[in-house]
Amino acid sequence: MSSRSVFIYIMLSTVIALLLTIVPMPQIINMGRPDWVLIVVIYWSINAGFVTGLMYAWCCGLLLDILVGTLLGQHALAFVLVATLAQHFQFRIRMFPIMNQVFIVLLLILIYKFMLFWIDGILGSTFSSWLRWLPAVVGALLWPLIVALLDTSTRNIR
Amino acid sequence: MARFGSDTRPIIGRGPSLVARFLLLSAISIGLMVGDHRSNYLTNVRSLLSASIYPIHWLMDAPFSATRWVINNLTDREQVRRENAQLTTQVRDLQVSLQTLAALKAENLRLLELGEATQEVTKKRLIAEIMNVDLDPLRHRVLLNKGQTDGIFKGQPILDAHGVFGQITQVGRYTSEAILITDPEHGIPVRVNRSGLRTIATGTGDLNQLDLPYLTGEADIKVGDLLISSGLGGVFPAGYPVGVVTKMERNPSETFATVEAKPLAKLDSDYEVMLIWYQAPAIEPTIPTPPAAVAPQANQSSETHSSASNKPKNASKPPADTSNKKTNTSSSSSTAKSKPTR
Repeated sequence: MSSRSVFIYIMLSTVIALLLTIVPMPQIINMGRPDWVLIVVIYWSINAGFVTGLMYAWCCGLLLDILVGTLLGQHALAFVLVATLAQHFQFRIRMFPIMNQVFIVLLLILIYKFMLFWIDGILGSTFSSWLRWLPAVVGALLWPLIVALLDTSTRNIR
Repeated sequence: MARFGSDTRPIIGRGPSLVARFLLLSAISIGLMVGDHRSNYLTNVRSLLSASIYPIHWLMDAPFSATRWVINNLTDREQVRRENAQLTTQVRDLQVSLQTLAALKAENLRLLELGEATQEVTKKRLIAEIMNVDLDPLRHRVLLNKGQTDGIFKGQPILDAHGVFGQITQVGRYTSEAILITDPEHGIPVRVNRSGLRTIATGTGDLNQLDLPYLTGEADIKVGDLLISSGLGGVFPAGYPVGVVTKMERNPSETFATVEAKPLAKLDSDYEVMLIWYQAPAIEPTIPTPPAAVAPQANQSSETHSSASNKPKNASKPPADTSNKKTNTSSSSSTAKSKPTR
């Protein structure tokens, strides 16, 4: 249960999430692509808040900004906000049954999406459609799967 | 549930509180956003960070370029021979049409000289590959495998074999990001080839559609008309095909007509595009009262045209200096409808 082995898992899952963010997909699937990095950040903020802190979320956001070419700091800001909420409620969220967690996660992703939407609006990006919110739903529905995967893979270090 | 972490420090005195850390990081983020949006101070930071993220981009692209390489190397002899024959025919055909083109070009140059206008000169071309990664699905951006080290600059025009493709928005160390002409935030000054009418074609968010929102009902345009780049705004060279008008509806109750066009560039199937360095004409042609939306561009074009002579120089020496960067930014923002750089 050393924080070093947790650190390795955090790095590994983050890199995989970054790869999943840009892996080429058909347009249909691409529209509903979940925010992998955010989901991983939420998971670690809830389960290893002491190790990660907010700096981890902020760095992930900054990397994502570079990766997909948005304004520097846009994703970082949204990530920090979500990570703060997740860490503040981490003990409570951990106690919830998985189905309730799905709704909490949906709420967190929607907050994140709204932040991005809002910043886009300030910058004058006029294009938007309802499809913009689809990844939030997909992401929340994938939450039990992510939890199962990461819980199983990190079982031996607890 | 088990707990992670071995934080044995006392609860009190652990350093700044969650809220304080949140406020600090938010402030830094907002500072970064303002800095990135308003100025070019962060260009170097961006390019440094993009170099650090390059392995991820490369890792994603590697299997695809490897497959392409293998396929290229494993094509059998018969196929190569067939392809060769086909290309030979194509080259012959193109050469025949080039013969007439040379004469036309000379004649055109003579006429332009009469009108005291100079022709654009393409200084340099560079083929770039589109990296096989998906960026934001809501924005039409692609990642190219050429960057600062190849002399790419912000606002550089991109063409493919069939027409205008887009322009560069972000330059990283080894990669660069390009905006397609169909991105909703992009606009390109065009001219109707048949009537000489000037207007702006904006992106729609649909890869097969461009909008021409600033045309009145009386505008001389019809379905099937070819749109070519007009060269105003100083980003795109004049005379390259942009699209073909697919829809033209005049509604008497509306001030503007509904005009749609289809881009000629194969935006969704290209994997190689061409970056060009060109020198814009020093004297710009006289502009017959353009529509309202073109006006700011016309004002800026004199400034950008004079600065355009810097571009090829900038291209030949990769470490970009800021003065060139700035002029390029101004020219790129003049063409894109709102900020293309975000």
